[in-house]
Amino acid sequence: MAAETTTTTSAAPGRFSGLREFWYYFSMNHGAVLGLAVFLLLILVAIFAPVLAPFPPDQQFREFIRMAPSWAGGTQPQFFLGTDEVGRDILSRLIHGARFSLFIGFFVVVLAMITGVTFGLLAGYFRGWVDAMIMRVMDIILAFPSLLLALVMVAILGPGLLNAMLAIALVLQPHFARLTRAAVLSEKSREYVTSAKVAGAGHLRQMFITILPNCLGPLIVQATLSFSNAILDAAALGFLGMGAQPPTPEWGTMLARAREFITSAWWIVTMPGLAILITVLAINLVGDGLRDALDPKLKRS
Amino acid sequence: MLRFILQKLALIVPTIIGITIASFAFIRLLPGDPILAMASQYGVTPERYEILKHQYGYDLPIWQQYFNYVGGILQGNFGISLATKRPVIEEFMTLFPATVELALFAILIAVALGIPAGIFAAIKRGSWFDQITMGVALTGYSMPIFWWGLLLIIFFSGYLGWTPVSGRIAVSFFFPRVTGFMLIDSLIAGKPAGFVSALRHLILPAVVLATIPLAVIARQTRSAMLEVLGEDYVRTARAKGLEPSRVVAVHAFRNALIPVVTTIGLQVGLLMGGAILTETIFSWPGIGKWMIDSISKRDYVSVQSGLLLIALIVMAVNLIVDILYAVINPRIRVQ
Repeated sequence: MAAETTTTTSAAPGRFSGLREFWYYFSMNHGAVLGLAVFLLLILVAIFAPVLAPFPPDQQFREFIRMAPSWAGGTQPQFFLGTDEVGRDILSRLIHGARFSLFIGFFVVVLAMITGVTFGLLAGYFRGWVDAMIMRVMDIILAFPSLLLALVMVAILGPGLLNAMLAIALVLQPHFARLTRAAVLSEKSREYVTSAKVAGAGHLRQMFITILPNCLGPLIVQATLSFSNAILDAAALGFLGMGAQPPTPEWGTMLARAREFITSAWWIVTMPGLAILITVLAINLVGDGLRDALDPKLKRS
Repeated sequence: MLRFILQKLALIVPTIIGITIASFAFIRLLPGDPILAMASQYGVTPERYEILKHQYGYDLPIWQQYFNYVGGILQGNFGISLATKRPVIEEFMTLFPATVELALFAILIAVALGIPAGIFAAIKRGSWFDQITMGVALTGYSMPIFWWGLLLIIFFSGYLGWTPVSGRIAVSFFFPRVTGFMLIDSLIAGKPAGFVSALRHLILPAVVLATIPLAVIARQTRSAMLEVLGEDYVRTARAKGLEPSRVVAVHAFRNALIPVVTTIGLQVGLLMGGAILTETIFSWPGIGKWMIDSISKRDYVSVQSGLLLIALIVMAVNLIVDILYAVINPRIRVQ
């Protein structure tokens, strides 16, 4: 017990200086800071969507169908980004769509991370047949192209946003498992783990409290990558008609029928995709910054 | 070397068995009765149901069904498409060259642009060229490619009218199928105008499919080069007074190439996923579009076999990449 108290007290100041050091490296990357700002802005937009959006996302203005944006030849100044094929305000739909995309990202990453990290910990900690079983299953999942596997999963479960998210979480989860396993293998033989074991820590404590916090760096980077992948894959499934179903203002779903308007109403096609691109780009910028700040190997160069 | 290949093969056997189990389980995981699902809207009489159940072997114990399934695959029997009533493997082989042609062209674009861009970005680290290239690469990496394809259609097909919107070649061309690659078959048939038409159809989908691999390869090449440029042997080469271009080309690039080759290999699986979206947008008659059509037509036998075949192809390509990796990097072989 005495050993444990000393570790926690001595770790506390270290943790804060670690955070400061982290921010120092992170903020050196201007792109990452910009990405973080955009991402925080998007979260605010998602939270305050009903207040910010000029109209409800499903309200149809039948007299203003396929109205061009107000700055691009549209006659109606209240529709800043124009209206879609049934007269709904595109800006309002995009603002509400931010809720879906961010929710998809969070949900998928949390689910994939919890299951993947648990499997990876079990595999790396126990080795032997547990390891072999878990990692072979992960290999099988990774053998399929992820979008194809997600599509087939949705075909089994039925189209819809929840099923799409479950399918995407399933295909992203092996990356977490592999990463955790590799980190556990390199940490397991370190002295602090042995000392925890000698002090009488049980399997669960060793896995989750002793080892896991020291594997977090690469996992955080992977989580950001998975966040943007989840948004892209969910949008792709929505586009293919297998994700969120109309009239949900999910960005990919908004593009599902857009092909019909490529010659007649470019704004119906352009705007939702731009929203996806900006969101994913912002998250990937943050991911790059996190990798620079958390990867000690790159830090030196 | 032979031992290395055999070891690799032994390692993927469990995965291959797992893939067959997964694709076997697919039809049985579908909600509802598989026979009724196959019969779909037409319905089926009780007598016919029993006949079908026997015909497809659904009355056997589950493990026996699995062994029959694998036995069929080993004999090249991938089932009969529910939609067209033709053998699935025939449909697959007809459409597969279209996807390969598209994917090869895409990877060619990605490698031809990505590797030089990555090298120059690394040499001129921190310059405006580096920053712009990496900015563009990250944007490409973040691209929802189905939207990117639509944008390119709006601009190049709609606004400029340079390229056709869909398909592989203008319908006015017909020539015998030799390789299945339109670019090659048109030349074999001696129709250069057909070659031009095929190229015009190919260029936009290939650019769309190349976008993400191009971004990944450029980023990977840059970071591999940066790592290698800091190595002792590069410093030694520089200290010897070698031409900077020779140091980069001979000493640095050859060693940076190793991780880049792996990256290119890893793109194959992603290309298959990307092909689903690209082929759908451009109505490209390949297996990506075929999978989507099969899913929407509820042609589950085709979906099942397509899933299996695609996974096996991706695995085979990854195996070849692993072996290539060992050929260019002897250190791997010893491990």
